[in-house]
Amino acid sequence: MNQLQIQEAARGAPPVIETRLQVLMVGLGNEIFAIETDMVREIIDPVPVTRVAGARSFLPALINVRGNVIPLADLRIRFGMARAAQTPDTRIVVVEVEIDGDPVTLGLLADKVYEVTEVSTKHAQQTPRLGSHWRPDFIRFITKWNDEFVIVPDMARILG
Amino acid sequence: MELDPAETFRQEAAELLDSLETVLLDLGQTPQDRDLIDAAFRALHTIKGSGAMFGFDKVAAFTHDFETAFDLIRKGKIDANHDIVTVSLSARDYIRTLIDDPDSTDPIIGEAIVEELQRLIGGGPSASHGVAPTEAADTAAVAAPAEPAQAGWQIEIAFEPDILRNGTNPLVLLDDLRALGPCVVEADLEKVPELDALDPESCLIAWTVTLQSACSKDEIEDVFMFVRDEMKLVITALDAPAAGLFPALDMSMPDDVPELAAVASPPRAAAPLPAAAAPAAEKAEFNRRADDKTSTVRVQAERLDELMDRVGELVIAQARLSQIAHSGTDLAIKAIAEEIERLASGLRDSTMGVRMVPMGSLFGRFRRLVHDLSRDLGKPVDFVTVGEDTEMDKTMIERLADPLVHLIRNAIDHGIESAEQRSQTNKSGTGRIELAARYVGAQVLVTVQDDGAGLDTARIRAKAEENGLIQPGASLSEHEIHQFLFHPGFSTAKTISALSGRGVGMDVVKRTIEAMRGTIDLTTIPGHGSSVTLRLPLTLAIIDGLLIRVGEGRYIIPLSAVEECIELTAEAEARAKGRSFLNVRGELVPFLRLRDVFDAEGQPDPHQKVIVTSIGDTRVGLVVDQIIGSHQTVIKSLSKLHSDVTMFSGATILGDGSAALIMDVAQLVTLGQARAESDRTPEAA
Repeated sequence: MNQLQIQEAARGAPPVIETRLQVLMVGLGNEIFAIETDMVREIIDPVPVTRVAGARSFLPALINVRGNVIPLADLRIRFGMARAAQTPDTRIVVVEVEIDGDPVTLGLLADKVYEVTEVSTKHAQQTPRLGSHWRPDFIRFITKWNDEFVIVPDMARILG
Repeated sequence: MELDPAETFRQEAAELLDSLETVLLDLGQTPQDRDLIDAAFRALHTIKGSGAMFGFDKVAAFTHDFETAFDLIRKGKIDANHDIVTVSLSARDYIRTLIDDPDSTDPIIGEAIVEELQRLIGGGPSASHGVAPTEAADTAAVAAPAEPAQAGWQIEIAFEPDILRNGTNPLVLLDDLRALGPCVVEADLEKVPELDALDPESCLIAWTVTLQSACSKDEIEDVFMFVRDEMKLVITALDAPAAGLFPALDMSMPDDVPELAAVASPPRAAAPLPAAAAPAAEKAEFNRRADDKTSTVRVQAERLDELMDRVGELVIAQARLSQIAHSGTDLAIKAIAEEIERLASGLRDSTMGVRMVPMGSLFGRFRRLVHDLSRDLGKPVDFVTVGEDTEMDKTMIERLADPLVHLIRNAIDHGIESAEQRSQTNKSGTGRIELAARYVGAQVLVTVQDDGAGLDTARIRAKAEENGLIQPGASLSEHEIHQFLFHPGFSTAKTISALSGRGVGMDVVKRTIEAMRGTIDLTTIPGHGSSVTLRLPLTLAIIDGLLIRVGEGRYIIPLSAVEECIELTAEAEARAKGRSFLNVRGELVPFLRLRDVFDAEGQPDPHQKVIVTSIGDTRVGLVVDQIIGSHQTVIKSLSKLHSDVTMFSGATILGDGSAALIMDVAQLVTLGQARAESDRTPEAA
């Protein structure tokens, strides 16, 4: 139910009913992304990556997570941000996303992982058409956390 | 794990029905083959027996009629012919539905089959036996009394020693025999040991029973139906006059049928012959059953898959161990690492061996398909299979079934011409389809070949132009034109028959084969037929690979594609400028620089190596920075997110825990060719 209402909120008019969503706050470039904890499997330290020639630029590599070879996604590229060098704060967030009905496990490169928290749809705002170079369909909605705007991304669309 | 006995019966029956189908199809070709008739009869008898045992009464009842007919054939009362085979095949299908879904099966179908069977048996008795048709039909109706004129039987019984522990009481069985008629029972105590060595739970007594009854051999066998696998049973017919106890029987003998009289009182000299032959046959049967029991184990497929996964993990762990051992100086650890490497490699091979299944199990299914199609389309077809004992991974074989059905269907439906057309072109009226499998290196080649009219290149071309796939007048080789058949939604069939238009096209076949890391190729000779060749890897799970380095990245090339490794000398490189050809012992081999293909960073190594690979008839050199060595490669499939990456067929985990990509050499070559074509200058073209 929760999911559904939020999805409606994302697609249609601003939500009337307030729902709360448990999320993981992740820093990418200068932005903060809120990733639903439902899809997060684990957070790991950076591991050696294997570059995949010919793959789409935001899925540049493979990593081995305990015997499973999974793709590593760099959402910064998908959102047109600059590629930054690895820092001591860099982490990989392993998530499971449903794509065309199949669960797909992948790693998301994160510049920093903050905390698990709740965001409310009360402050949800539609992505403005102007003022951002992001594709609006990649974003479910934008909400507020500690007086900062955070992005709740639509993972299935970003990866599709 | 508890197994439902009815489920066990279903599984067994499914196997029996499959083998029955094979036997029946063989019988259609060689109707006189005694062994086949016997095999069919045995299969039916077992289905009937165990069906009754597990409460599949409808199965037992229906199979009984069917078995009766084969009993008549077995005894030579009637000859097997094509019609009987056809009706038997539908009876076999009916039994299958009775077993799978007994409640929803319409008994009318069964009755129709039995009626047809009776008509054929009644209508086609062998003239040589001089038995009137009606009489044969009567015999069929009354449960086929075997050798009805027999005066009695000598029955030799020896049980397996374990039989008492299994809860069988031999005395009850002897009582059952007595119910058939007066018996003289003699116990054979020869094998019974001295008292102090006697195990009261083991049955070492054998019996010889002389049964004075005109009952059929079947009735005697039925007594032992449930213990047949655990005993030696020899039933020998006794001569009527020798016994001399049944004068009434002589009177019942119809005087006007000399053949029957001859059966009843055969010349004395001839009598020992069948009697001697019978125990030998029974013994062989007994041994065969015993062998079957010890030599095979039924294992659930998932367990095998699980085992394979474990072995895969072991191989990866072993690779890490080897790497650590070889980077250190401890000789003892090195020795252990080598030992474990040897063991892991052996375990890998035997695990894969367990998963290997002969192609024959798959080919058998198609005989029925060809039989039915050839009948439906009115095109007589000889179906020839070659290389049934070629083995492939179980999962590969399963995935191969649908594509092969499609290819064979195509061959009959579109490939083979009608009988009239064939006679006009001086071909034999019977078409020929050959399904063959053979090993080529670490690959299996499966070909479906017909001797039909071949592909109509002009029509494919016209269709491709019509669909806008090529420009009218574009210059294409015949082979290139034929590739359009693999395009989605491409069909040149003028009419949609019941067989085509099922939504499975050649494009689906191609996709399935490529998903199995195989390739498909199509060749045709106008007027002489076409052939489709599938090249498939032996297994999907683990391959032998060559580990190489290009720039910073390490990659695996399947060893099956590798022909040789040579050094790219400075002179060769200088000479190769601008034409990317190598001279390998006088042969021109084009090469691809993997550094360019993978956009590798950094400086190339001073001594570049060339790995000469071959895909089909094409040889291509791949230029790499370093050859690291051979590597047992556990294949992990690529994520769906990377499905657009065609150069790699999968990934694996190396000894240091990092992932390496497995190259798809065929795709690399195609990609290289595409690049070369786009780079080509007008003069060069």
